[in-house]
Amino acid sequence: MAILDKHKILETNATLLLVCSFLVVTIGGIVQIAPLFWLENTIEDVEGMRPYTPLELAGRDIYLREGCYVCHSQMIRPMRDEVERYGHYSLAAESKYDHPFQWGSKRTGPDLARVGGRYSDDWHLDHMRDPQSVVPESVMPKYGFLEKKMLDGKYIGDLLKANAIVGVPYTEDMLENAQSDFLAQADPDSDYDGLLERYGEDSVNVRNFDGHADVSEMDAMIAYLQMLGTLVDFSTFTPAASR
Amino acid sequence: MSKPSKKFDSDPNTTGHVWDGIEEFDNPMPRWWLWVFYVTIIWGIGYVIAYPAWPGINGATKGLLGWSSRANVAAEIQSAEDKLAPINAKLEAAELTQITTDPELGPYAVSAGGAVFKTWCAQCHGSGAAGAIGYPNLLDNDWLWGGDIENIYATVKHGIRNEEDDDARYSEMPAFGDDYLEDDQIDAVVNYVMSLSGEAKDASVVAAGAEVFADECSSCHMEDGTGDRAQGAPNLADAIWLYGGDYDSIKETVTYSRYGVMPSWGNRLTEAQVRAVSAYVHQLGGGE
Repeated sequence: MAILDKHKILETNATLLLVCSFLVVTIGGIVQIAPLFWLENTIEDVEGMRPYTPLELAGRDIYLREGCYVCHSQMIRPMRDEVERYGHYSLAAESKYDHPFQWGSKRTGPDLARVGGRYSDDWHLDHMRDPQSVVPESVMPKYGFLEKKMLDGKYIGDLLKANAIVGVPYTEDMLENAQSDFLAQADPDSDYDGLLERYGEDSVNVRNFDGHADVSEMDAMIAYLQMLGTLVDFSTFTPAASR
Repeated sequence: MSKPSKKFDSDPNTTGHVWDGIEEFDNPMPRWWLWVFYVTIIWGIGYVIAYPAWPGINGATKGLLGWSSRANVAAEIQSAEDKLAPINAKLEAAELTQITTDPELGPYAVSAGGAVFKTWCAQCHGSGAAGAIGYPNLLDNDWLWGGDIENIYATVKHGIRNEEDDDARYSEMPAFGDDYLEDDQIDAVVNYVMSLSGEAKDASVVAAGAEVFADECSSCHMEDGTGDRAQGAPNLADAIWLYGGDYDSIKETVTYSRYGVMPSWGNRLTEAQVRAVSAYVHQLGGGE
């Protein structure tokens, strides 16, 4: 075939080969990626989603730092066994403020997408200090050191700003009060009305998560775990069947 | 490229490529391979017609089979629920006390309850229900709030000291270290409590401890220390300890108190699941 004979021109001309390869890859990329930006159903809008509070965001950062995602996914698949064990299957919108998202396919430990509210703070504390004390068959390492590292939230505003730059809708008000909100969430005796007003009355847990005064990394971590998957009210949610 | 050349008449044609004098035969593809290749193309065309595939303006094409992962999981869950609906309805209608002895409901409730237990309860109470420090052992007959099935059911359904259920079981032991008792009084009462089921660390203060106990503790834990299930006050005389029975553990309990929490499972599980897991826990060994 004549057109195949022309292939020799490409094979013997490195620059042309490079340009044409780039062209082919570009077309492939556009076909796969571009529709996601204008397809209406890429991310379904659900009620209840809000950006992470400063303390939760700090906890999320610790979660990433410690590599929790290596063993724990945060994505419940639409299959009966997963739904019965972990709860309603995850929606794309539920990780829309995650940078990066924590989906995954490797589960040495259980999925954590809906771990929020499933255990008490005390359980999390016991479990972080010594996982085998509550789950003898667990292979999880100990994270008791999180309790000893104190946080003052000095730079938490910058972390919020970085997230705002990539599209998380933090308001000016949230950015300005980041540090005070950070400290208020772990102290039930503080004045946390502003925090609730900014992030939502029903969805923010204000507690002394680790039982000690001051804010430790453990407070941040448990605050993050206790809100995972709790934002969307599935008693009022009707899934669009076309997905 | 040089002209195709043949050494023998039986040789196939060459491709015409020559590298340093080495040529390449132009053998045809094996037939079977070629046919498999064509079949995969036809299969591929059929696949994108049958299943959701091509992106459009408002979404991808639906596909002729109408496949949807969400609809599939909903249908699968529905069909499992439908199958169990009759027996679950019976379980919900039955008297709690009759469940375990019923020849049909008993075995069903215990095995269904076992599955519920391993999913939702094992993380605290252990996969074998033997508990851990701070999380009660469910295999023995030492119950904080009562071990008959009605009490087990109430505990499972509403939980303990949680904020999500107004009917949750609730009791609050004072933190006696909070400027309430003097250090020597706490030391004495701890030794007295140890003496109830074993040996005190310091036998000389047991008598003083008994007085403190009678004044401060006996209204909930009873005069003989056997506890009161109506208030969730543990039996202190049976050598079974939720938070440890050594001097330091008991002293911490008296000084700071302990508030174990259990979630309200009525908020998360169906009525049939709550009843099934209550029956399962009841038959583990300590059910009354």
